[in-house]
Amino acid sequence: MTITGRLRRAWRAVDPDQLGATKPAIAAVRPRRVELGLIVMVALIVIYALVSLSGTSVLPSHLGPFLAWMLVLAFAAHMVTRRFAPAADPVLLPMALLLNGIGYVMISRLTNAVEGGADLAGLQAVWTAVGIAAFTVTLIAIPRARILARYRYLLGVIGVVLLVLPLVPGFGRSINGARIWASVGPINLQPGEFAKLALAAFFAAYLVDSRELLRARIELRDLAPIVLAWGISLAVMTLEKDLGSSLLFFALFVVVLWIASERAVFLAIGSALFAGGAFLAWTTFDHVQRRVDIWLDPWADPQGAGFQIVQASFALADGGLTGTGLGRGEPGRIPFAESDFIFAAIGEELGLAGAAAVIMAFLVLIGSGLRIALRAKSGFEKLFAVGLTTLLGVQAFVIMGGVLRVVPLTGITLPFVSYGGSSLVSNYVLLALLMRMSHEQRSLAAGGEA
Amino acid sequence: MNQRITRLGMVFGVLYLLLFAQLNRVQFFGAQRLRDNPINSRGLIREFGQERGRILTADGVVVARSVPSDGSFDNVRVYPEGDLFAHVVGYQSLNVGATGLEREYNDELAGTKLDQQIVSLKDLFRGRDSTATLTLTIRDDVQRVARDALGDRRGSVVAIDPRTGEILALWTWPTFDPNPLADPDGAAANQAYEDLLADPTDPLLAKSYRELFFPGSTFKLVTATAALGTGRVTATSPVMPESNSYQPIPAGRPISNFAGETCGGDLFEILRVSCNTAFAEIGAEWVGPQAMVATAEDFGFNNRPPIDLPAAAKSRFPTDYGARLADVQYYRGVIKAATDTGDGEEPTSPDGTDDATEPLPLPNGDVGVYENTARLAQASIGQNDVAATPLQMAMVAAAIANNGLVMTPHVVSTVTAADGRLYSANEPQVWKVAASMAIAETMRNAMINVATSGTATRLAIPGYVVGGKTGTAQLGTNPPNSHAWIVGFAGPPDGPPEVAVAVIVEAQDGASEQTGGLVAAPIGRAVMEAILGAG
Repeated sequence: MTITGRLRRAWRAVDPDQLGATKPAIAAVRPRRVELGLIVMVALIVIYALVSLSGTSVLPSHLGPFLAWMLVLAFAAHMVTRRFAPAADPVLLPMALLLNGIGYVMISRLTNAVEGGADLAGLQAVWTAVGIAAFTVTLIAIPRARILARYRYLLGVIGVVLLVLPLVPGFGRSINGARIWASVGPINLQPGEFAKLALAAFFAAYLVDSRELLRARIELRDLAPIVLAWGISLAVMTLEKDLGSSLLFFALFVVVLWIASERAVFLAIGSALFAGGAFLAWTTFDHVQRRVDIWLDPWADPQGAGFQIVQASFALADGGLTGTGLGRGEPGRIPFAESDFIFAAIGEELGLAGAAAVIMAFLVLIGSGLRIALRAKSGFEKLFAVGLTTLLGVQAFVIMGGVLRVVPLTGITLPFVSYGGSSLVSNYVLLALLMRMSHEQRSLAAGGEA
Repeated sequence: MNQRITRLGMVFGVLYLLLFAQLNRVQFFGAQRLRDNPINSRGLIREFGQERGRILTADGVVVARSVPSDGSFDNVRVYPEGDLFAHVVGYQSLNVGATGLEREYNDELAGTKLDQQIVSLKDLFRGRDSTATLTLTIRDDVQRVARDALGDRRGSVVAIDPRTGEILALWTWPTFDPNPLADPDGAAANQAYEDLLADPTDPLLAKSYRELFFPGSTFKLVTATAALGTGRVTATSPVMPESNSYQPIPAGRPISNFAGETCGGDLFEILRVSCNTAFAEIGAEWVGPQAMVATAEDFGFNNRPPIDLPAAAKSRFPTDYGARLADVQYYRGVIKAATDTGDGEEPTSPDGTDDATEPLPLPNGDVGVYENTARLAQASIGQNDVAATPLQMAMVAAAIANNGLVMTPHVVSTVTAADGRLYSANEPQVWKVAASMAIAETMRNAMINVATSGTATRLAIPGYVVGGKTGTAQLGTNPPNSHAWIVGFAGPPDGPPEVAVAVIVEAQDGASEQTGGLVAAPIGRAVMEAILGAG
């Protein structure tokens, strides 16, 4: 059956059983009410922020329609979960919308502050719509998460292909030094953002199979997969100059392997391999070495190599506890304030309070993700939920930590918050997958069939 | 597996706690250090680009305002009057700092003072224009008269309302246009600044209140006030003998009059003709160092004037005259005796002992012969180490005009909110008391005499009561050149003086006592006329 056919049928389907849900049980209705309440709160926060912003800075004239557009999207997403995942955890979607909303306000605010920023707010609104559409499609197209386990090798291949797509001549494009883009017509995509989802499914399915083996004893050939993942990850770093994604894939693999095998030794081996790879990269590649040098001492060259991180520190310091107020700061002085460094822009204008709220929102998402993993009945779902949560948690940590100089800076987006279509769409898909699994568990717990 | 998942949750918890801790370090605990980092230009740029209040003249002409800009800064500072108020208003630059009122009233203009920010509870939640408007005490038309009267001669013009201390004109030529220094293009502003710095005439310096000059004969006003204050000198006595040279005691170069003239007479007469020999003797032998220093300091010398402009210079009157040697009358007697016997070297005591340094009875208070009384003689006529700003000399004339009271000088009358509400006003305040009312009146009459029939007749304004005193501070004799000074006051016949001025025209050719009256007096007169609405 084609996807469109399934979609059409799903919308028409009156019988929710089709989707693995029970009769509209009480257990399924209550979380949606909570979700609606939270979304209304989030909407109020975002509307308040945007309206207060209009008092202090010049905003795109078409902001009003965009705002309405964003609100419609938020409630559309809620209606989708009401219909296709009514029992799912009510916190996930509001948290994602909150992050998306804060990011959208910040991007609107940066419209006139960053070079070539004129269309950012409009494009981000369009990408949000695409993201919500992808969220909807995912919930409809994947009625049960375990379907994905069936296509494990296909997904594995898709993942690797997407990963290396930017290297293919003709397709691949190099922007700002990283070869992580693929051009489809006028649109530039980061296939890596989607590869991570496919690989998470593949790793979960693959490791669930070899789980018993891994737990028993370790032979040399058991290490082949981890070494292979390490090699691919190193290749990504070397050929695409993408430190962030390479770290993300490797973290994903090692964590899932560790949970699956329940053996800390894999964690140790993974860490050792990571340390070795990092050292190798540090000695071999200029760009890695430079990143580490900047991390250790950005003040050595504050006007050159360290400029971005130094400016981010100044921005955060200016923000203080409560921030300069929206539109009253100077976030345009930080290069890439709308994408990689949006966390610094938030810290500047919304202060420690606003930045802490972003950190908290991610912690809530991670907590919900891991709770889904804990409650999952099948091994695959456990590992898949862990993998998706790890992707989200590690990615957010790596970029926020990079901005704050906790870890070396790697160019990667802050999920849901940063400007960027691929990132927004893939993370909404990730969210849909987590909510799909959550719905399955909860409706099961409520006594439905599964 | 669940145990591992829980552990993974803990790992994430620790990682995010680390983020939160570092966030606190950057945004709170270490924030001040980052803000103070010399590379951090955010504060400077924010301040430079933010809207500032306007500065208006007393007659409502805008001399500084912020203009919204599309460039890298939200606002650009503009000075519509160009160089006319540069030494008052100053400038606010991106990289060479700020001067003048832009610096002195920075918090008011920027609206960062707490009382400006929070007028009512409502303002806490609503953005409000908190910048303040400064209104000057100077009128635009008066300042223009001062500028035009001085023309392209180097010099300064200061006019004060003696009753309030309000500055009515504050002009120095050469000056500068502040607009290029406020250029948002830092490099262009830097270049403009470097060019001005390289100019040998130092146009950036507001010489009217920041540069010291020899006051020359205008200082005789201070000496005369001090003399009246001792009670030993009145308007009519003593009558100083006609002389063309004064020999300081105990030793020193003789002091002569301009062009070797001979002069003398009572206080009015010696002030009228500006008699050097008589004033040198009065300062050294009738007033003495303590009273001279005290009176000079009562007028403001050796003190920083409390004007509301940054870095005003302290005018200077020397205070060290060495140890006391003898009483004047006694000393004069000895010299006379020594001259009579043809042995003028060592003064000896009348009782035949050799101990000349032993203190003797002091019938005239502290007046006596000091090791450096010669210096006091020179200082009494405004020479030696005496140095004054034009502002200080205007304050001398103003104090005499205002019954001896030196008012706190100020250039800003009010600080008001954008909606016209008053934040603060500079009320008249007495800074110092320079003379008693009676002495001030005597001095006024003496100065009126100078303007009526003395060296300052060109200061006189028909229909007004005008007093003045000229000065010519010699700088060199080859070729002869000097600073030409006039100080004075004017007012209606039936009321107190309403304006006091000091004008200096620097480095004029020639060195006659007439120079001040010829060159500077007409400028002073023009400015006073403009202020009084005369002419």
